[in-house]
Amino acid sequence: MSSLAARRRHPAALVIVLLFGLIVTGGLYAALAPKNADAATSSSSDIAAGKQLFLSNCATCHGVNATGGNEAPDLVGVGAAAVDFQVGTGRMPLAAPGIQAEADTNGPQFDNKQISQLAAYVASLGPGPGIPASDLTSGGGDIAKGGELFRVNCAMCHNFAGSGGALTRGKFAPSLMDVSGKHMYEAMETGPQSMPVFNNTNMSPTDKKDIISFLQNTKDEPNQGGANLGNLGPVPEGLFVWTIGIGLLIGAAVWLGRKAA
Amino acid sequence: MTTLNEDTSGRSADALRADDTTEAPTGNGGAIGGVANWVDERTGAAKGVRFLMKKVFPDHWSFMLGEIAMYSLIIVLITGTFLTFWFVPSMSESVYNGPYVPLRGITMSDAFKSTVDISLDVRGGLLIRQIHHWSALIFIVAIMLHMFRVFFTGAFRKPREINWIIGLVLSMLVLVEGFIGYSLPDDVLSGTGVRAAQGFMLSIPIVGSYIAYFLFGGGFPGTAIIPRFFTIHVLLLPAIIVGLFTAHIILVMVHKHTQYPGPGKTDKNVVGFPLMPVYTAKAGGFFFVVFGVTALIAGLVTIDPIWMYGPYEPTMITAGSQPDWFMGFADGALRLLPGFLEFTLLGHTWSFNVMLGAILLIPILWTLMGVYPFVESWVTGDKREHHVLDRPRNVPTRTGLGMAAIAFYAVLFGAAGNDIIAIKLHLSIDDITNTLRIMLVAAPVIVFWVTKRVCLSLQRKDRDLVLHGKETGRIVRTAEGRFFEAHEPLDEYERWRLVSFEAHRPIAAPAETDENGVRSKTASADRTRARLSQFFFNDRIEPVTPLELAAAHHDGQADEALAPLEAAALEDAHPGEFGGHLHGGAEEIEEHNAYAHQQGSDDDA
Amino acid sequence: MTTPSNPSDKESSVTHDSTSEAGDDRALVSLEHREGSDNLPERFQDPGLPAHIHRAGDSDEAAARRYERQVAALFAISMFATVLFVVSYFAVGNDTVVSLPIIGRTMALHVSLGVTLGMSLLCIGLGAIHWAKTLMPDTEVVEERHELRSPDEAREGAVKILADGLEGSQLKRRPLIKYTLGGALGLFAIPLGLQLVGSLGPLPHTDLETTLWDSKLPGGKPRRLMRDPDGTAIRLSDVTLGSVFHVLPEGIDATPDPNNEKLKAAVILISLQENLIKSARERKWGVDGVVAYSKICTHVGCPVGLYEQTTHHLLCPCHQSTFDLTEDCKVIFGPAKRALPQLKISVDDEGYLVADHGFDQPVGPSFWERA
Repeated sequence: MSSLAARRRHPAALVIVLLFGLIVTGGLYAALAPKNADAATSSSSDIAAGKQLFLSNCATCHGVNATGGNEAPDLVGVGAAAVDFQVGTGRMPLAAPGIQAEADTNGPQFDNKQISQLAAYVASLGPGPGIPASDLTSGGGDIAKGGELFRVNCAMCHNFAGSGGALTRGKFAPSLMDVSGKHMYEAMETGPQSMPVFNNTNMSPTDKKDIISFLQNTKDEPNQGGANLGNLGPVPEGLFVWTIGIGLLIGAAVWLGRKAA
Repeated sequence: MTTLNEDTSGRSADALRADDTTEAPTGNGGAIGGVANWVDERTGAAKGVRFLMKKVFPDHWSFMLGEIAMYSLIIVLITGTFLTFWFVPSMSESVYNGPYVPLRGITMSDAFKSTVDISLDVRGGLLIRQIHHWSALIFIVAIMLHMFRVFFTGAFRKPREINWIIGLVLSMLVLVEGFIGYSLPDDVLSGTGVRAAQGFMLSIPIVGSYIAYFLFGGGFPGTAIIPRFFTIHVLLLPAIIVGLFTAHIILVMVHKHTQYPGPGKTDKNVVGFPLMPVYTAKAGGFFFVVFGVTALIAGLVTIDPIWMYGPYEPTMITAGSQPDWFMGFADGALRLLPGFLEFTLLGHTWSFNVMLGAILLIPILWTLMGVYPFVESWVTGDKREHHVLDRPRNVPTRTGLGMAAIAFYAVLFGAAGNDIIAIKLHLSIDDITNTLRIMLVAAPVIVFWVTKRVCLSLQRKDRDLVLHGKETGRIVRTAEGRFFEAHEPLDEYERWRLVSFEAHRPIAAPAETDENGVRSKTASADRTRARLSQFFFNDRIEPVTPLELAAAHHDGQADEALAPLEAAALEDAHPGEFGGHLHGGAEEIEEHNAYAHQQGSDDDA
Repeated sequence: MTTPSNPSDKESSVTHDSTSEAGDDRALVSLEHREGSDNLPERFQDPGLPAHIHRAGDSDEAAARRYERQVAALFAISMFATVLFVVSYFAVGNDTVVSLPIIGRTMALHVSLGVTLGMSLLCIGLGAIHWAKTLMPDTEVVEERHELRSPDEAREGAVKILADGLEGSQLKRRPLIKYTLGGALGLFAIPLGLQLVGSLGPLPHTDLETTLWDSKLPGGKPRRLMRDPDGTAIRLSDVTLGSVFHVLPEGIDATPDPNNEKLKAAVILISLQENLIKSARERKWGVDGVVAYSKICTHVGCPVGLYEQTTHHLLCPCHQSTFDLTEDCKVIFGPAKRALPQLKISVDDEGYLVADHGFDQPVGPSFWERA
């Protein structure tokens, strides 16, 4: 104990503690990080059950006929895709009014069956985009083409690696790294919140499939050159070099300049 | 005209030859000695070696900051040379068919393609590239910290003003060099940066568009910019940087290294360790430490993943488009400058919203830094050589000014990351920008004031330490049952460190008119100088003099440090005297009156 | 007060004298203390270097041997790491992936090369420094400094040589040489400068003011708006409310320098509810609420791609200039001054969107010639 206490002031102690802390934090994060819920699609539609769910959970804002309210949009014609995206990612029902609805890290408030019932009900109100077929949302497209499309249409908001980015007045484009292919497709098709619409007249289903394939590849791809620092560009690199990088070197310089025992 | 051959008396060459021996002096160091002898007979290098190897360097960690920069420069030169063997500085386009799937079939410039190949195809290529890039970042961090060290310790004073300016020029060139290096791979991020740089050039009045069209060989992007940047990056700027750096180092040798104040250290000596063997091992070893740490970082942390950014196209952009950190302050300035600074006048567009941040900021800041040593020496009237450094607290105004400049820089730097701050802290980017706009003006003022006050407080603490000694933690009880803490006086070595500085005093302006009523030609300059001098030195703490210490002893304060018994006896003799000093507490010194200290001591007595 | 180290330097001593003469009464130490303290010096004296403190290795041979072993061990680790580097270089596959804490899945070759190279170098450095600190002599050495100023005679000598040289050159006596030499030296760099500046690039002419939208297709037909990067034409009916199209002019790949054309001609096409549009011009230059604006920021030229469907704001990701699409893309935040220029569009016979004519003003960043 006393020898440990004596070494507490050793110059390497800080480095060791720092490294230990980083490893523990990283390990804990890897163990505890929320896993992506596997949302299976359900083809069964029970419009009546959906309507009941709607009336008890959504009608306060969106109105009993789903025609919208002061703050909430009209849902006639938004289609099943919009419901599946908004409810499936936990954005709706809205927990609290905020600058923008955020995906709920605890997952959606309804199970898959209830979501499909809600979607079926809203889809019955007017024609709109449906839930995409799984062959469009599970990869297998042209990754390189998807990357090019992503850089022209998406990277300005979501960043080159889908890490997310800032919009005006506190709004932001979320990270795409933990978003399922189906939800990405639905978001492109319906344009939730600030996001513009990339429906089939704008961007073909194949293009969307390519983009999803590119993002899934980006997520699965091993880091080519070590830790990626969140793929946020030069800012974290600058932070790293100003803290750990120069910190290690100054530590060595302090050791070098001190008289030996 | 007489020819030399006929003049036998002047045949010095013959005379010399007569004395000469045909046998070389025998070396006594084996094979190495033989080689050394061979070299010295042809170059006379031994004298230089003797001179160099005896050079003395003082030990201090902050003296290694410049070495980190120097070694990073060497690392960058080595790895940069490697990279040129694979990099193709061309904007000709072709289709990528390499192993990296997300880019296969995409049309890209050869510059980008060869960088992707270096990164993902050449074995160990990515390591070299990442060492190069990380090292460049560390290089500039080290330059900046080195510059801070030099500034805050007053190492720029006579005779080192020239080296300060060489250092400034180096640091500015390195920024340009770094920016160009970041631009070479022609990826989406760097292409955006080059595009912005072209926008900067366009903002220059009259010649802006000409400069841009000449440099780019036409409209942006053209096909000339990467090859031209490459020549500038690997030939022109490195040659200038290495040349200036050599001059920088030679001047360090000529001036001999500065040293921190301490016993035995004067302006007439340098105390430390000789180059041979200690600093050869320490500094040589430190090169390997810097290289090793850089290599470890490069092996473990990605930098500039251009294969993910993708090849540049003028229509593409990514969120979080930032330059490398060292250009962040200029980019931040561009984000903060309001749009109304652009206006039309006399039929032309004046884009101060761009020009101020992108074109003028760096020259203005560097000029201010360049003239500072001359301003300070003018204000102090101090024309002596200085080799003992200032402790930053002993020069509160300079330290305050330096910290204010850092605060200004830091606000600009933070502004360049406003979008990343917004998403990571869930703040509004508009609010951040507006806050930083206010802080850009307010922060330097506040930081200046706070730093100066902190420096003065630290100086007071030093005075207390000298006058009253260190707190020992020993509590002494007097006969009456009162308690006080025994203080131990500083030994003379420790004391010297705290009292050896000089406190400059404000200069009063000389009379504006002489006895004949003639107005002095320098009257207004003198007035300015007096005002500046007031600003610099009105608030100051003077070092303790032997007189003051003696007074403190006489008053019994320092005697607290004597053996408890003696102290107790003293307390008996002077009842009530310890009341004010039980905590080793300092007397309050009025801000406007540095001399109140002596007055205060008198009052205590 | 203080004695200047250089007594010949009058200025500093004068400075200090003048201070006390100026009647700064605060500077006067109280007389009481002066009395009886006459023998005390004005300032403390430098006590000189403190006694040398020996290290463990200086007297204790066992400690010295321990240090020797530590240094040797560090050098040995370095050699070992170097061998590992060579082994990794040849043995680790290009596609081998390894999972590491914090870093995650990463390429084994890169990490192993980096770590072994780093260890190989770092251990040499640590070993050498440890050696220097523990075993090499650590008695401090004092090197004397000398004033940098040359002695007067050397200065005079230098001045004399220069003066003699000038005299010997007869430059003063022969003004003809002086002036012609001055002229020649003053002008000799002009050819080199002229060649460089003259040949680097073309003059801008009207390049900054024009875009591909200004010209019609070879057949005289107006250019259609095409999707970037697909290059397909866009029908008015394709542009549904809230969607955004990144657009380039038809025929851009047939131009001599497509990248330069893209830079200037990139357009963003957005469908708004027509009643939201506040500017009559904007409504007129669009079709049923579908409007096209230059995508090039008027600040320094980044593509302004971020469209917020709900607020109808366009945001530039470089410096956060924000443009309001409902008000003719005027700047509502950030460093840009001018609104984004609008492209007048209409629908051709086949239902595709076309540009009627080019922008009515130069796109992109400001420049001097721009009125």
